[in-house]
Amino acid sequence: MALLELHSVSVAYGRIQALRDISLTVEEGEIVTLIGANGAGKTTTMKAISGLVPLSQGSIEFDGADISKVRADLRVVRGICQAPEGRGVFPGMTVRENLEMGCYTRRDRKAIAEDFDRVFELFPRLKERATQAGGTLSGGEQQMVAIGRALMARPRLLLLDEPSMGLAPQFIQQIFNIITEINKQGTTVLLVEQNAQQALSRAHRGYVLETGSVTRASTGKDLLADPAVKEAYLGVA
Amino acid sequence: MSAEVTTRTQASEGTRQPFGQRVRDWWNSRSRLEQWLMIIPVVVLVYLLPVMNFFPLSTEPWTDYELALFNAARLGLIALGLNVVLGQAGLLDLGYVGFFAVGAYVAAIMTSRDSFLTDPRYSWVVVVPVAIAITMVSGVVIGTPTLRLRGDYLAIVTLGFGEMVRLLADNLEPLRGNRGFQDVGGPPGTYANGSPIFTQGDGKPWYWLTVTFIIVILLLIGNLERSRVGRAWVAIREDEDVAEIMGVPTFRFKVWAFVIGAGIGGLSGVLYAGQVGFVNNQRFDVVTSILFVAAVVLGGSGNKLGVLLGALVISYLPDRFQLAPEYRFLIFGIALIVLMIFRPQGLLGARQRLLARGRQAYQRLVGKPEPVATESALIDSGKGTNA
Ligand SMILES: Nc1ncnc2c1ncn2[C@@H]1O[C@H](COP(=O)(O)OP(=O)(O)OP(=O)(O)O)[C@@H](O)[C@H]1O
Ligand SMILES: [Mg+2]
Repeated sequence: MALLELHSVSVAYGRIQALRDISLTVEEGEIVTLIGANGAGKTTTMKAISGLVPLSQGSIEFDGADISKVRADLRVVRGICQAPEGRGVFPGMTVRENLEMGCYTRRDRKAIAEDFDRVFELFPRLKERATQAGGTLSGGEQQMVAIGRALMARPRLLLLDEPSMGLAPQFIQQIFNIITEINKQGTTVLLVEQNAQQALSRAHRGYVLETGSVTRASTGKDLLADPAVKEAYLGVA
Repeated sequence: MSAEVTTRTQASEGTRQPFGQRVRDWWNSRSRLEQWLMIIPVVVLVYLLPVMNFFPLSTEPWTDYELALFNAARLGLIALGLNVVLGQAGLLDLGYVGFFAVGAYVAAIMTSRDSFLTDPRYSWVVVVPVAIAITMVSGVVIGTPTLRLRGDYLAIVTLGFGEMVRLLADNLEPLRGNRGFQDVGGPPGTYANGSPIFTQGDGKPWYWLTVTFIIVILLLIGNLERSRVGRAWVAIREDEDVAEIMGVPTFRFKVWAFVIGAGIGGLSGVLYAGQVGFVNNQRFDVVTSILFVAAVVLGGSGNKLGVLLGALVISYLPDRFQLAPEYRFLIFGIALIVLMIFRPQGLLGARQRLLARGRQAYQRLVGKPEPVATESALIDSGKGTNA
């Protein structure tokens, strides 16, 4: 049984049909990546999984249960947490307070303390900046907060929407290393990326999204080798 | 070598905190005992204000000084309630006067001889909780459908609610429109000679009562702010969608903020009705609502002491300087514009302290009071762990 399954999901914003009949699965322990051009519907897919947009059709199953009608905040309790596109760091809260928001639904103090240590180990920079206001962090640091904060929920499924957006090359490398590391530590990851090269080489499997529909689904390696994908998303003619 | 020296000087200049933050740091680095030792004289002074009826405090002979103080305190209470909605949860409520009106009308119906109730002689001690409960219920009724809206929509719908309450007062026969309710009751209690303590003419007891409510509510709300509820409010205010995907039941907490604010608004309505002794449809218009918002914004939305200061400025200063009512709004308008240009965060800006264990936790963590870095990200971005 897969951890996450989308069955023929459609989402519309008013009359704009953003997703058409999308089906995808994420198995426990995998990194699955979703690539596609701007406006293809990647963020919408993430929002649908997190529960921020209602489905017009289809259903979402998580850990064997239909969560299509479950409220967004209760999906966090079930084990889905997202680092949203554009990071969504709370600007007036310190780094530490931002991370604390990640464990808002948790009460297991001891495990929370462990997770703080783990996040600070993954992102030593955040420890130095623990008392700095989120709004004054650099873009890369904010990205670290967003990922760290999502990890603080101790999710079973981590949703990352363009974690490398706007980052310097050596930072991108570092973020992808950390994603791989997080996955090795046992968290399943669904990753949306513009940086298809990196994403596909790190992911077990990938989906290509074009104007609201899945047009290709395969292993990361196969997609990397696919000439059409190469041409459209890897910048190789 | 020399380059290093320059960087260091810049750094130490850059870390200079704004004044407000330095005051806060200083305050937070005091022990609990020291803080109380400083708070107590201030509280005593606040209680003594009505007997300090002399220059430069006095508003007489134009306005009764004690009533001026009561009115300022009452607006302070209102601002405190609206601050939960507007300052904490970030919900722009332009109809707050509606809750104030509901509180005033409940008091009138329960105590005035003009009431449609057969024996409207309820004790004030009963009136207060009933009025608060009814306003809170009206908060749920208004909040549940409207709080699914966001931003501008919410402002418009709440504006409508404020007007609705006023129109009901105009048109519902039992609410007596312009004729209103005479002899609205106040708190019980008589002096040794048998004359009642709470009367229309004497502002002192009303002021003391209101200040006491303010202190109790400050303590309650302070605790709430430091709890999970307070955190949820800040998260909602800063980014509602993200709050939701962090697991905050945003809708429920918005309704809570709305309802708590409503209850405080209702309480101040009861105080108002009791002191004036008369309630009709004239004092609950949109302009009054905007005045409430102005007190909060002017003082510093989100800062409890700030909004009290804002209320003082808006209510007491015009009395003190004998501003004709028709000029008051003009001057508020100008003052607000000037303030928004030079100090958009209000007189006392907000800085949310979210850590439940506050001060101590920060000190354990960093060994000094919490700095809010405004520029430090620029100063030493080079020295962090560059991976
Ligand atoms: N709130 C909204 N209202 C109306 N249309 C929207 C809304 N959000 C997204 N859309 C539309 O839905 C489509 C999919 O948007 P989405 O944000 O999912 O794209 P994306 O794949 O994440 O793109 P990008 O790579 O640029 O982030 C776009 O055409 C977009 O304009
Ligand atoms: Mg997107």
